[in-house]
Parts: sequence; structure tokens; C-alpha cells
Amino acid sequence: MKRLLAFIKKEFAHVLRDKKTLLILFGMPVVQVLLFGFVLTHEVKNVKTLIIDQSQDATSAKLISKIKANPYFKIEASTLNVRRVEQYFKKGNAKLAMVFPANFGREHAGLHRTKIQLIADASDPNYATTAENYLTAIVQDFNSEINWEADIRYTIQPEMRMLYNPELKGAPNFVPGVMALVLMIICVMMTAISIAKEKETGTMEILLLSPIKPFWIIVSKIIPHLVLSVIDVISILLLSVFVLDIPIKGSVLLLMAESTLFVVNCLSLGIFISVETSSQQAAMLISLMGMLLPTILLSGFMFPIENMPEVLQWGSNLLPAKWFYTIVKAIVIKGLGFPAIWKETLILLAITASLLGISLKRFKIRLE
Amino acid sequence: MRTIKFLLGKELKQIFRNKSILAIIVVAPIIQLLILPFAANYEVRDIDVSLVDRDHSSYSRKLISKIQGSNYFRLTHCDDSFDKAYRHIESDAADLILEIPNGFERNRILEKHQQLFIAVNAINGTKANLGANYLIRTLQEFNEGLPTGAMNNSGLAQRSNLEVVFSNWYNPHLNYKRFMVPGILALLVTMIGGFVTALNIVKEKEVGTIEQINVTPIKKHHFILGKLIPFWVLGNVVFTIGLLISQLVYGIVSEGSILLLYGFITVYLLAVLGFGLLISTFCESQQQAILITFFFMMIFILTAGLFTPIDSMPEWAQFTTKLNPVTYLIEVMRMVILKGSTLTDVLPKLGVVALFGVVLNTWAIFNYKKTN
Amino acid sequence: MTEEHVIKTDKLTKRFGDFTAIHAITFKVNKGEIFGFLGANGAGKTTAVRMLCGLSRPTSGNAEVVGCDVYKQPEEIKKNIGYMSQKFSLYEDLTVLENIRFFGGIYGLCSARIKSKTNELIEQLGLQNEVKKLVASLPLGWKQKLAFSVAIIHNPKIVFLDEPTSGVDPLMRRQFWELIYEAANDEITVFVTTHYMDEAEYCDRLSIMVDGRIEALDTPRNLKERFGVTTLDELFYQLAREAKRGG
Repeated sequence: MKRLLAFIKKEFAHVLRDKKTLLILFGMPVVQVLLFGFVLTHEVKNVKTLIIDQSQDATSAKLISKIKANPYFKIEASTLNVRRVEQYFKKGNAKLAMVFPANFGREHAGLHRTKIQLIADASDPNYATTAENYLTAIVQDFNSEINWEADIRYTIQPEMRMLYNPELKGAPNFVPGVMALVLMIICVMMTAISIAKEKETGTMEILLLSPIKPFWIIVSKIIPHLVLSVIDVISILLLSVFVLDIPIKGSVLLLMAESTLFVVNCLSLGIFISVETSSQQAAMLISLMGMLLPTILLSGFMFPIENMPEVLQWGSNLLPAKWFYTIVKAIVIKGLGFPAIWKETLILLAITASLLGISLKRFKIRLE
Repeated sequence: MRTIKFLLGKELKQIFRNKSILAIIVVAPIIQLLILPFAANYEVRDIDVSLVDRDHSSYSRKLISKIQGSNYFRLTHCDDSFDKAYRHIESDAADLILEIPNGFERNRILEKHQQLFIAVNAINGTKANLGANYLIRTLQEFNEGLPTGAMNNSGLAQRSNLEVVFSNWYNPHLNYKRFMVPGILALLVTMIGGFVTALNIVKEKEVGTIEQINVTPIKKHHFILGKLIPFWVLGNVVFTIGLLISQLVYGIVSEGSILLLYGFITVYLLAVLGFGLLISTFCESQQQAILITFFFMMIFILTAGLFTPIDSMPEWAQFTTKLNPVTYLIEVMRMVILKGSTLTDVLPKLGVVALFGVVLNTWAIFNYKKTN
Repeated sequence: MTEEHVIKTDKLTKRFGDFTAIHAITFKVNKGEIFGFLGANGAGKTTAVRMLCGLSRPTSGNAEVVGCDVYKQPEEIKKNIGYMSQKFSLYEDLTVLENIRFFGGIYGLCSARIKSKTNELIEQLGLQNEVKKLVASLPLGWKQKLAFSVAIIHNPKIVFLDEPTSGVDPLMRRQFWELIYEAANDEITVFVTTHYMDEAEYCDRLSIMVDGRIEALDTPRNLKERFGVTTLDELFYQLAREAKRGG
């Protein structure tokens, strides 16, 4: 036991000495949470709009000022030259152009069908569609204000309730994903690289010659990373609760338990990679290309899984991160308990157990 | 001059013998371009609706079939209580609940205003927003589709007399892939340029061969050129592979000049390589280099407007995107490929990127001291 | 007649923060001699070599290598020296041939010269069958011999060898030293650091470093006489016993 402690101390010394790496390992989750929480959003706002008012009458002016007052839109310029639309679009200076036909006010007052044209830079189709929808809603709103007589007509009013995330923040979707990502970076990539480095420099053999069982050597290697991961997870949760205002609705204990399971999963993966590779570069590449990249792409936190083709959806099921992400969302955002996530937990458990088994076996084989 | 020739010879031999690097160069474009565009699909469709019909009238059934017929929605459940429907939301089997109250048909006949209750799983804010929007539109259409005979006597037309027509330029089929692929190309070039350079130099540091070079009469800038040039070539190679894949797999052909693209990439690569170089001067081990490069790349890529629009970011964040070279590349890629922008349109961005290149490389050369 | 000094130092000092690695060392190295720097690990040998090569800037004191000032003309120095470090100097992922050609080119040898030198080296080292093999596949002793030959490919005035024979068996070490003798015969000054006593015997003159200072400097024979010992081992032990650094 004492020997094990000696090894663990040495490993900690390694890790703590590398200040630059430590800085990044602690700083990364913070930066990610802040980025996702405050900067990255799919919301459509400040849409740069060009106004082409060929009518220039009171009605169009009214509508234009209504749009100006709306925070979703930013009127870049007003012009009569339709050719300018292309210029603005090509330079990236506007994303939407609104064209009022000549005699707009008159036609509208006379209850003739009047058409407003929206020209959108549809490079980003989602953005364009959303912007178009918003603007249409404003226009229709404007219209009903004017045609107040039409208010008598029968309408169906929907009452809307947004569940779990009434303010439509981007964060609830991302934060569980950030947790998974950070854990993978520390426990898979860093572990794999650190073991591979010892192999590369030959110090691994020295370790193996010591009277301590190889199993414990590996344990001593992963403990610093384990500690780092715990610290990181806690800081992510603290940040999201206090800075992003996303409370943990469910049981923190359950969350910790599930996180531990996921961490063990990642560590097994890290060991597995380090056993199978012979150099740091290779370990890094496999972790990055083979693990991190697919996780970021397919686990569901950056892109919705349900939109993906069957093949990818199927592939996503192989990723432990995907299950962990679902579990964390359920606990933190939806406030659900174990009964709701037992299936996912079981799957994660199965993947973890098999990974652990395989990696230990391979490690033993490699030794001989 | 001669020394550069020798340096380049050595670098190229080493690169081609390094299986890991070759693997990235070949595998990365393929994975990124073949998987990412399919995965990165923010379109909102197939919204699963769990319906609670408390009216069970022919009118409510009409609404139900309208929703069923919609392209956006999938009617997945019909329950008799809100609580049951809520379970579906909890288990992610449904995205939203539509509750048709008792008396729906009656109210319609009596021409009273109706209330429908909608609950949306808003964890994915975008999806919730768009889903809600679509539903409202669908309801409006349903509303307007009602036979005029049953309606009012005011003689006013039911349809709104103000119509908004859309013209979608550059991407008329609203194909999300068309939007993503050029951005992913940018991502590809950035990663190859940034990562690989940093790693390469730090490896030499770790192994000790850099000291050997330091002791020879090789000049600083020769050494750096010797490192930059091969990776610059590689970056272009990867870009070409990427362009080919975009064309063959996605049928995306650039509207604008391909020469312009290559020209921009040339300057851009210098900036990114400079960045990788700079990082390598700060790291002592490959481990550090990998982590630090990854960290910065991640920040750059996420804030460059690849996945989320820059205009929607808070003011201060928008300012920081201006300091990010990747932002410019992504914009230019999209501008040239999708909109056919020309040199004049792109010139200011080209200038900024060139400036980055100069600053980063100078800083790196300054840092790389043969004597310490 | 004053002999030409290839290295001249005067109170050369290197400090890292408040740690003094090299303390005011003063010595001269003559042209064509094999000058040894003996010392325990941590005594400062590598630091000294790095300063003389222009890899590290001294904190104070003066030094001139091949007539050039280490402060003002480090790049000039580099043109006229060869260097072989502990960690190795050859590219493991290039072949024997490629390494020779590369370093030849780096030192500005013209193509014809590179060619003739290459043949000469391969002949001398008996590497005819290994020419196209990656350096990584060569046994340690061969790598070192090759590294040395490559280090002097441009016939420098002096070659610095920093613990060149670490980890190699005595037979190989002897062979390596044969190469050193040949170089010395060709008027190349050899500055070698080592902690092997038997190698110390091979040097023309020897300086012994303890804790960053030169405790003794003379021919091996004179040193033994002066300290009244029969082997350099004993001498070294006497001096190093008081050492505070290294091990």
C-alpha cells in the first residue's frame, strides 16, 4: 500500500509540474461553459436587413419603424436601388432585404392584395427561414393592428408553455455535453498520452520492474486524472448553477454516481488506447480522431441526433458519451430520477465493463 | 537558399514516413466531409407530437389530420390525459404536446375564441422555437381554411390581405449541407495547418534534434521556412481533396472563382501555420502542444460562426470574432462558393488575414531563439 | 611561439536565477588537442559546452571560440564547429545516406564534396550494407560513430562531444575513440565531456569539474603525479567527494 502511495505521489508530481497543461485542463471547462452559455446560440437576432421602400408612404413608414423597434432586426440601410441587395449580400453586409412595392399604402388601404417581398440570403437556410418567419409574424401583427375591424373574426389562440427551459437558453442543451467532452479529454486523451509517453521514453519498463503489480501502476497513473476530472465536473456544475442560472433539478448524488461510471468508462478507454499504440503521437491521433471527434459530432449535444441518417444514428448508439449525455440531461434539466434512466445506465455499465475487461486483458497480454 | 532545399528534402521525407500524419491527412478530410455534413443538420423536422384530444369531435379530428398531413410534424401519440402525454416528453418520445380542450367544436360553432394548450420540450431552444412557430403557422392555416359560410357576417375576407412572399437566394432549396460543407472545408484546412505544425516542431524539441539544428549555421528564418513550406503544401493538398469530395459527394460547385479560393487559402495557411509555430515555441512537450493547440482550435472553431451565427452573439463576443482568423476563412468560403463573391468583395478580409500571418509568424520567429 | 588557442575562456559564468551552474571557469584549449571535461552529473559539463557552442548565453565572463566572441558572434562560431550531444544528433526516421547528405548540405558543402565525403564516411565506418536503412534500426554504437562522423563532415576547427559514449560497451567505446584520434590527427580539436575514467585517460589534457568549478586541469599524467594517485579514479574520488551537487 505504501508503495502504491509512492507511485501515486510521483504521478501527481508529474501532473502538477506541468503548469501549462494544468492551466488548460482547468481553464478549458470554464471557457467552454462560458462560451456555450453566453456566446453560442442558435437564436436569430440582430438580423441585418436592407429596406427597399418603393412606396415611401405613411403605411410603409409605420411598418418600417415597427421593424426598427424590434430587437430581432437591425436595419442596415435603406435604398431604392434593387441592385444593392446583391452587393450587400455578396459582401456579407446584410442577410435580408425587404421590398415594398410602389403604392403600397394605397393598395393596402383599398383592401387589395398587397405583397411584400422578402429576399433572404439563404446560405444559412435555418437562419433565413427563421428570420423570414419572424418578419412575417411582425407584418401580420401590423396588419391586424391596422385591420382592427377584422378582430371580430373567430380565432384559435394557442397558449404556449416552454418546458424545462422557458427562456429558451442554449445552455441546457450544451452543458451536459461540455461535461462529457471535458471528461473525455482528460480521461481518455490525457491518460492515453501519459501512459504512451512512459512507454516511449522507456521509463515504463522501469516501473514494471518494480515490486508493485502492473495493475497498481496503471491505477496510480489514472488517479491524478481522476481527481482532475472530479474537480472539472464540479466546476462545470458550479458554473452552470451560479453563472448560467441552470439549477440541478435532480439528485446530485445520482449525478455524481453516473459521472463516476462515465469516468471509469473513459479511463478504460484511455488505457486501452495506450496499450494498443506505441507512440504519443499515435495515442493522440486515435484519441482525437477516433474518439473525440465522433463524440462531438454524434453524441447529440451539438447536433440533434434525430436529424441524422440512420447509419449515423446507429453509430451514435455505440458512443458511451451519447448515453451519458442523455443521463445528465435527464437528471440536471428534467429532474428525473433513476427509474427514468435505468436503461441508459445499464447500457453505459455494459460498455464500461466490457472496455475495462478488454483493456486489462490487453495490458496483461502486452506485458508478456 | 540551398539550406532551404536541404531542409525541405528532409521534412518531406519525414512527413511521408510518418504514418500518423499521413493518416490524419487522408482520414480527416474524409471523416469531416462525409460525416459532419450529415450530422450537422440543424433543420427542424419530424417534430414528434403527442396529442391529447379532450373533445373527440369531428372538428378536432380535422385538426388532427391537418397536423398529421404536415411535413413538419409526426403524430406519435394520442393520449387521453396530459400527464400521460407528459411522460412522453420526459422520455424524449415526444417533442411537444398539443391539448385540444373539451368543447372545441362547440366553441367553434358558437364563434367564441378558442384556446389550445401547447407544451414544448424547450431543452433544445432552437427546435422548440421553430417547432412552436411551425405549429402556430399550421394553426393559422387551419384557421383560415375554415369554410367562410360558417363565419362572420361582416363581409370581410378571412384571409389576410397582406401577403409576404419569400425569395431565397443562393440556396433556393434551403439545403443545409450547402451551407455546412464550405465551412467544414475551412475547418479541415485549419486543423491540418494548426495542429500538425505545432506537433511537428515540438516533437523535434522533445527528441533533441532541434538542438542539433541550433548548433549549425542554419539561419532562424530558413529553419522556419523549412517547416512552413511542406505544411503549406499539405494544407493545399487537403483543401483540394476536400473540394473534390464536396463536388463529387454533394454536388457543390463553387459559384465564384476557384482561383480566388486557392489564393485566399494560401494567405490563410500562412496565418494558421504561424499560429501552430507560435504555439510550438511555448511548449516543451508534445502533450502540452496537443492540449494547447486543441484548446485554441476549439475556441476558434466554435466562435467562428461555423455552427452558430455571429450576428446573434453578444456585442463583446462579436468583437472577439474579429480577432479570430478562422472567422474570415469561413465567411470567405461561404461567400465565394455560395454567392460567387469576387476579389473586391473579399479584399478587406484578405488583408486582415494577411496581417495575422505577418504578426503570428514574426512573433514565432522572434520567440524561436537559437540561443537562450 | 604561442600555440593557437581554439578556445579561450576567462571567468566564464552561468547563472540560472540564483543558482550558479558554472562559476568563473578560466582555461584555454590548444589547437589539435583532445581536451577532456570530466565531472559528475550535475557538475556543469553540458552547460559549459552549450555556452561554448553558442547555444546558451553566458551570464558573465568572456569566451572566445575559434577566435569568435561567444556574445557577439555565435553564428560565426557555429559555422566552424561540430557538435554531438548526449541525446543524439541524427534523424532516426531518415536513412544513413539521407542523414549524411542533409548535414553535408546544411554545412554548405558543395554537391561534389558531399558525394566524396559520403563515400569516405561509409567506407570508413563500414556501413556499406546499412546505407539505405533508417538510423533508428542501427545498433547504438554504430549510431554514435555515424553521429560523430557527421558532426565533422565539414572539417570544423573543433568538435564538441557531450558524453558521446553513454550507454555503449567498452569495445565500442574504444572504436569510437579511434575515430576521435583520427580527427585529432587531422588537426580537428576535440572537446569531449565524459564521466568515464578510462576515457579521461585518452585525453591530451583533462579538466575536472566539481560543483561548477574547475578543480584541476592538466595532462592525465601530471594530474596523477600531483595528487599522488595511480588511477584517475582515485583522483576523481578525492575531488568529487566534497561535491555538493549531482551524484
